Amino acid sequence: MPTETLLSRAPRSLPPNLEEQRQRILAIAKRHGLDTFETVFEMCDYDEINMIAAYGGFPVRYPHWRWGMEYQQMAKGYEYGLQKIYELVINTSPSYAYLLDNNAFVDQKLVMAHVYGHVDFFKNNCWFQHTNRKMLDQMANHARRVRRIADRVGESTTEAWLDICLSVDNLIDPYLTHIRRDRLDDPLDADVLTPESFRLPARHHMESYINPPAVLRREHEQAAAIAAHTQGHFPESPVRDVLGFVLTHGRMERWQSDILSIIRDEAYYFAPQGQTKIMNEGWASYWHTKLMTEEILDDSEVIDYADHHSGTVLMRPGQINPYKIGLELYRDIERRWNRGQFGKDWLECDDAVAKRDWFKETNLGKAKIFEVRKTHNDVTFLDTFLTEDFCKRAGLFTYEFDKKSGEYLVDSREFAAVKEKLLFMIGSRGQPRVHVTDGNHANRGELELTHAHEGMDIQLEWAQQTLGNLAKLWGRPVHLKTMVDEKPAMLHHDGTTFTYDGPKPKGKA
Amino acid sequence: MPLNIEQDLQRFRNIVKGRVRGDLKKFMSNGEMIGKQGEKFVKIPLPEINIPRLRYGKNETGGVGQGEGQDGEKVPGEGEAGDQAGEHGFDAEVSLEELAEILAEELSLPRIEPRGKKQLASVHDRYTGIARVGPNSLRHTRRTYQAALKRQVAAGVWNPDRPVLIPTKDDMRFRSWKSKQEPQSSAAILYVMDVSGSMGKEQKEIVRLEAFWIDTWLKANYKHLETRFIIHDAVAKEVDRETFFRVKESGGTLISSAYALVESLIREHYPPDEWNLYVFQFSDGDNWSTSDTRSCMELLRDRILPTVNLFAYGQVESEYGSGQFLQDIAAAFNDDERVVISRIPDRDAIMGSIRDFLGKGR
Repeated sequence: MPTETLLSRAPRSLPPNLEEQRQRILAIAKRHGLDTFETVFEMCDYDEINMIAAYGGFPVRYPHWRWGMEYQQMAKGYEYGLQKIYELVINTSPSYAYLLDNNAFVDQKLVMAHVYGHVDFFKNNCWFQHTNRKMLDQMANHARRVRRIADRVGESTTEAWLDICLSVDNLIDPYLTHIRRDRLDDPLDADVLTPESFRLPARHHMESYINPPAVLRREHEQAAAIAAHTQGHFPESPVRDVLGFVLTHGRMERWQSDILSIIRDEAYYFAPQGQTKIMNEGWASYWHTKLMTEEILDDSEVIDYADHHSGTVLMRPGQINPYKIGLELYRDIERRWNRGQFGKDWLECDDAVAKRDWFKETNLGKAKIFEVRKTHNDVTFLDTFLTEDFCKRAGLFTYEFDKKSGEYLVDSREFAAVKEKLLFMIGSRGQPRVHVTDGNHANRGELELTHAHEGMDIQLEWAQQTLGNLAKLWGRPVHLKTMVDEKPAMLHHDGTTFTYDGPKPKGKA
Repeated sequence: MPLNIEQDLQRFRNIVKGRVRGDLKKFMSNGEMIGKQGEKFVKIPLPEINIPRLRYGKNETGGVGQGEGQDGEKVPGEGEAGDQAGEHGFDAEVSLEELAEILAEELSLPRIEPRGKKQLASVHDRYTGIARVGPNSLRHTRRTYQAALKRQVAAGVWNPDRPVLIPTKDDMRFRSWKSKQEPQSSAAILYVMDVSGSMGKEQKEIVRLEAFWIDTWLKANYKHLETRFIIHDAVAKEVDRETFFRVKESGGTLISSAYALVESLIREHYPPDEWNLYVFQFSDGDNWSTSDTRSCMELLRDRILPTVNLFAYGQVESEYGSGQFLQDIAAAFNDDERVVISRIPDRDAIMGSIRDFLGKGR
């Protein structure tokens, strides 16, 4: 039983009336099939919850000014009544959740139901299977390591280095923990490859089917071509995990690489949360609405509940709310799978009336949403379940910036366009995809990165500063290949000066 | 709250202060922050402070929204967009003391040595501590009984069923005080401005900015600061702050009228052995006649200068002013260190003139 508190003050566990509700809510959640880690709730005042939120949910983090900045922004937001954090939950086992102590009773119930939704998701969604569930301890260890380094090399030196490391903490490979990127244990060697290398074991009478000579020849040629291409290349193929590459091969002192590895660990810890934002919030919202309206609410609380619930799923004009999209998609899936609106027949049916009235009593809805929450991430979730029908009902559109008027204009309501844009935004998390393409650029040990240009230009001012930081991490000059105004451009930074080869960016100094 | 956020917040504040320092000259020559002045702090608009990362320009990405609107219409709820780094600015709150500190560091201003043989010092007694000895009138009953309770529990004679506490002599606790000497130096600033027809809007804005920085600095140096405002054309009168910066008079200029008013204000309200006095005069340097200038110099030498820490003359330049007064005053008081003269042709010169005015440490 975890009894210690995370805050360095006397633990404030739930008061008896809330503890009673917690047990009741947990029992109901379990009956509905939710499968959660043990969850420790603590009461916080708004100042404490702002602090913990500023630290990303973890009470002990390495010292850095960024937390102070976030804390100040949140504290201001609260003072001016602009924003309020109702709840915080961290993905660890046991999970910790913080409740704001001046929430109304009905809010506390709502929040607890919501939290159990999150914890079920954390525990069961496959994108979290490599997550360190003892991250609380890990973060505290990181803090201690950074403080010890600061004692040795000085606080300002340490903080300056942290700034440099954080500047590249988005250059990671979010799928890294799930796949092995290196193709073969033995690097391809063109000299020793023969067509025979590709022969698969087969019985004699199957030989000509399993290993047709033409196929063996083709595979050999392909492999030889790749080998010839990668020969002498470092890295052999582009590396998305720039942070990891720099950590392994950059020229740093020990304490510097130690800090970089800390930043990398934390970036990888938070990555799956970024990949499942819509699903996770949608799932928690689905469950708090279901549990609250079906079982938990008192008659007297309905109006307050409806008021606060509508606040969380409000779609502000022009923006999308992950809570709302996620929630509606789960409900849509549940309805379709309850009514048999899936599979070959459904997909091949062109009759709008038949589709509207489609009803086969399958009742697979509940099983389906549990399956979805286990196996999908935001990209596959939307790719699979965002239907044209849904898109129309939700009133989704794409928008683009119009350079002439300086405004954002509605671009399209076409389903295909909306879906493509949405998937792109979520898939890239709005961030450029950058690979290490050469770790020995011009045979001078310089680092060459390539931006996979997807129609949008990198913000050059920020890129300049980021490259400067990368040059400090790498210890040698750094280059970034990208496109500016549809023409190839190359950015260079040698640690002290920045140079730019490419078209003069329009409308910029 | 024992979490480390206090330290992190302090780090962030230091960064903000550093930014303000870096851009001090810019802030000194524009009035934006003064408009956002509170009682104890000013709000300074700063560009976003953040970690640089590779990312798209805000206008490049577009996005997906939800709601009303036909193709080609403006997205509801979206404001104007910017595309530069640091487009999300914020208002940094900086206290006036911090601002004065930054000002002092940037302009290397010396700390002001308050004048006078004996400084007005007052002694404050503050009851902050606890002592084991003291007069009975200061006995701290609660602490005394706490100590008695601790002793009895430790000695094992405490009986919760029969709670009797008997303090012994060792248990007695008394309030104790610390005496703190606080310099009670007070200062008064008398601002004098020429509001004759030749002073334009821009000139007055410069005066307003100058006055803000002078106030900030002197406030940080004196416990108590009073400001008085005198405007003059051919006659002088005392006005409040708002009027001082707004009023538009016309007509001729008799600077001696203002000096006479300064002299009488000092005589009536500010005995020089109790007050550190500052006179800041802003003018475009036009005076009506040489005979008036002569009487100005006499008033200044005989009546005003003996009473003040500093007499500062700042000459803003207007199309109409001749600027003659600056030369007159410079000729008359060239080597008097109580007099500072500064020329302020435009806003960029504000920083330099503040350094001239306050750089003497008087």
